[in-house]
Amino acid sequence: MKVSDLPPPVERDANFNFAYLDERTKRMIRRAILKAVAIPGYQVPFGSREMPLPYGWGTGGIQVTASIIGPDDVLKVIDQGADDTVNAVNIRRFFQRTTAVAVTSVTTEATIIQTRHRIPETPLHDGQVMVYQVPLPEPLQKLEPREAETRVMHGLADYGLMHVKLYEDIARFGHIATTYDYPVMVDGRFLMAPSPIPKFDNPKMHMNPALQLFGAGREKRIYAIPPWTSVESLAFDDHPFEVQRWSEPCALCGATDSFLDEVITDDRGGHMFVCSDTDHCRLNRQDDDR
Amino acid sequence: MTDNPPLLRVQGVTMHYGARRAVDDVSFDLWPGEVLAVVGESGSGKTTLLNAVAARVKPDAGRVGFMTRHDGMVDVYSMSEAQRRLLARTDWGYVHQDAVQGLRMNVSAGANVGERLMALGERHYGRIRTEAANWLQRVEMDAGRIDDTPATFSGGMRQRLQIARNLVTRPRLVFMDEPTSGLDVSVQAKLLDLLRTLTRGLSLAAIVVTHDLAVARLLAHRMMVMKEGRVVETGLTDQVLDDPQHPYTQLLVSSVLQP
Amino acid sequence: MYVAVKGGERAILNSYALLAQARRGDASVPELTLDQIQQQLRLSVDRVMCEGSVYDPELAALAIKQAAGDLVEAIFLLRAYRATLPRLGYARPLDTADMRLWRRISATFKDLPGGQVLGPTYDYTQRLLDFTLAASGEAQAGPVASPQSEAGAVPRVVDLLGNEGLIESHEPSPGDPEPVDLTRVPISFPADRAARLQNLARGDEGFLLAMGYSTQRGYANSHPFAGEIRFGLVDVEIEPEELGFPVSIGEIEITECQMVNQFAGSKTEPPKFTRGYGLAFGASERKAMGMALVDRALRATELGEAADSPAQMQEFVLSHTDNLEASGFVQHLKLPHYVDFQSELELVRKMRAAMPESGAEAA
Repeated sequence: MKVSDLPPPVERDANFNFAYLDERTKRMIRRAILKAVAIPGYQVPFGSREMPLPYGWGTGGIQVTASIIGPDDVLKVIDQGADDTVNAVNIRRFFQRTTAVAVTSVTTEATIIQTRHRIPETPLHDGQVMVYQVPLPEPLQKLEPREAETRVMHGLADYGLMHVKLYEDIARFGHIATTYDYPVMVDGRFLMAPSPIPKFDNPKMHMNPALQLFGAGREKRIYAIPPWTSVESLAFDDHPFEVQRWSEPCALCGATDSFLDEVITDDRGGHMFVCSDTDHCRLNRQDDDR
Repeated sequence: MTDNPPLLRVQGVTMHYGARRAVDDVSFDLWPGEVLAVVGESGSGKTTLLNAVAARVKPDAGRVGFMTRHDGMVDVYSMSEAQRRLLARTDWGYVHQDAVQGLRMNVSAGANVGERLMALGERHYGRIRTEAANWLQRVEMDAGRIDDTPATFSGGMRQRLQIARNLVTRPRLVFMDEPTSGLDVSVQAKLLDLLRTLTRGLSLAAIVVTHDLAVARLLAHRMMVMKEGRVVETGLTDQVLDDPQHPYTQLLVSSVLQP
Repeated sequence: MYVAVKGGERAILNSYALLAQARRGDASVPELTLDQIQQQLRLSVDRVMCEGSVYDPELAALAIKQAAGDLVEAIFLLRAYRATLPRLGYARPLDTADMRLWRRISATFKDLPGGQVLGPTYDYTQRLLDFTLAASGEAQAGPVASPQSEAGAVPRVVDLLGNEGLIESHEPSPGDPEPVDLTRVPISFPADRAARLQNLARGDEGFLLAMGYSTQRGYANSHPFAGEIRFGLVDVEIEPEELGFPVSIGEIEITECQMVNQFAGSKTEPPKFTRGYGLAFGASERKAMGMALVDRALRATELGEAADSPAQMQEFVLSHTDNLEASGFVQHLKLPHYVDFQSELELVRKMRAAMPESGAEAA
């Protein structure tokens, strides 16, 4: 099987421990992950380390991946759905340099998928782990900046304020105007920020067979959605949750069911829409060729 | 009235600020539908007492019992934080002197009124909005301003909105801290009239802290006079105002009559 | 047909090469050595050690060289290096009364035991550009100084005030619990003073300076006096369990600042002076003073003062001190946000379409 259409592997740098982090740190992070899995949607504080990549650039996701990855894993890294954006390339190179594990761009081949801002279009399967990079883990932060207060709100499941925000959207715009990082209730208990994925991806989190882990390095929090867990996007009964739709298909593969990026083609207003998930787009085109 | 159990039972509430006793061993009962005015000059401890009774600041000593709907008389300070929060946004209301503290200033009037409903799990936008509009009308506000933020409202309107926001869950007890001070005299009169109509119409019990004896006269069945943290006189409002017994009350009453 | 840009990998490798070239500059100019940086850019080295949280002048010099003199980048390099270092043990508390002083000044007493020692300072230099340095001519070498050491321990000003009971004392908390280690455990609010001081000690000098400055301009009323600033060498001691007595493992240079602030007292407590504390690696006086001002401002709640100015709000201050976190998150805006932006674009178009008369055609 051809594992990857990616550039050749980067040489393993023997100066660093496997996956960079020392084993004690990995154990500390794994304990935080276990707690997160045990309490779906709850933000577990952890001793986030300074990583060789800047805060805000995926250090939370990198630390989660580094503490669960083993030599037999197959890693896929995406940013904005694409394997070839500079940030995805950089993080993939980091793990190749420190682990020499196999990498892939094929969603179904990966055992660990680290992502920023997207969930792949191809459905995940049992045994896979999604690792999300999270910039701001606290869904209430924009409404209540004091952490001492938001902690109490989570403790008491006191989430009326979140609905106030949605009410305001409808009163002002006629619909809920949050398009990404759209808040969800996990397992009917904890309000959770899904990271800045488009709300288009929210339904994929619900009852997903894969384990979903969320790492926020700068804010020092880890949280999780275990496999087959209920994830509900907030809404009103008379203003149900809806995802984005496009009026035209992907200009490359013709898909009508995927999240599309707009690409500007000239300076006279010309533009086209293409799949944000590059692997999904490539697969669709292969199928067409056959 | 005294045959029924009280709605609120305050026993020996004491609060210190450093060595000073801001509230000194205050006890009283409040019955359902009864409006009690707590009067005294600033520094007499009346607002501190209100906050202790409303479970906002735990007193150094004393008990505050509330007749809950299902569990009888419960000490509010023995409740869990979750129970206390639930009580504070269902069966209780709190009207601040400064409406800015009681409202979300950058959120529409409708959401301000609807917040308690949403916190209690109401998930139907249309119903929340209808209920909010209904309450704006009951506090004599233009329902057409449902989508405006309180920042665009006058002082009197903000106070009305604050009242609507509290009453939307049909509380049985409302705490009010100088609800009319800081407003123009004509606005005060209209607001007092509204409060009187609402408390009577809804059989609402209330504790109203005020330095203004006219407010007490108009709203309260009973009043309590405080001086230096202690209750110096208590009785039916007309009785206390027309025939004050304690020298301090006499001074308060006469200073109003002879400005 | 347009195809999404490939070749992120090649672009990154090319940027490495360009960066190395830009860092080195003109190859005909001799390359900087780490010794030169350590000896001649010592204040840069001190700042990088302090905010990088590692006392290692050589590594700090390397970081400065690698970062082409960008100190925040150098701090980042040092922090990333230290993150996975093993903990071999904990030092005993530094005894700053036993400091071998290069410098020691007090703004509160004209003279005091141990005297005022100006030491190496830019304070009274009359900031004129010295063109002899430009001409590679060294300025006149004065007498070679060494830190004051033989006189023995020089008492701290706060201890002198403390003997009279005029200033609060800081006893260890009951049971002397081990302080939280912020490099291992995330801060949680409200944070105790040990956690706050750790956070400030790693905090960005510019941020602490500005926050401290704000307290002098009415945003918090703290009435500070520079009770004492001292800079010199202290021993670092550890007490290995198997030995049972402390041994010195070396000495480090530090700057300590004790701010003295008036406190009006309360009903139960008589008026007295309170303290704000600053400590920094090396000669980092600006940092230590800013830290001391902010430390005192953050004690407002504990001392029963109003806490409504930015420097007094601990969640605000402590969440924004770290320049790695700040720099990383501000600069992450450079990363692609196509997906979020696409979502917003779609929303704005939808909302504009919903109000056709809004002048959407005019755009």
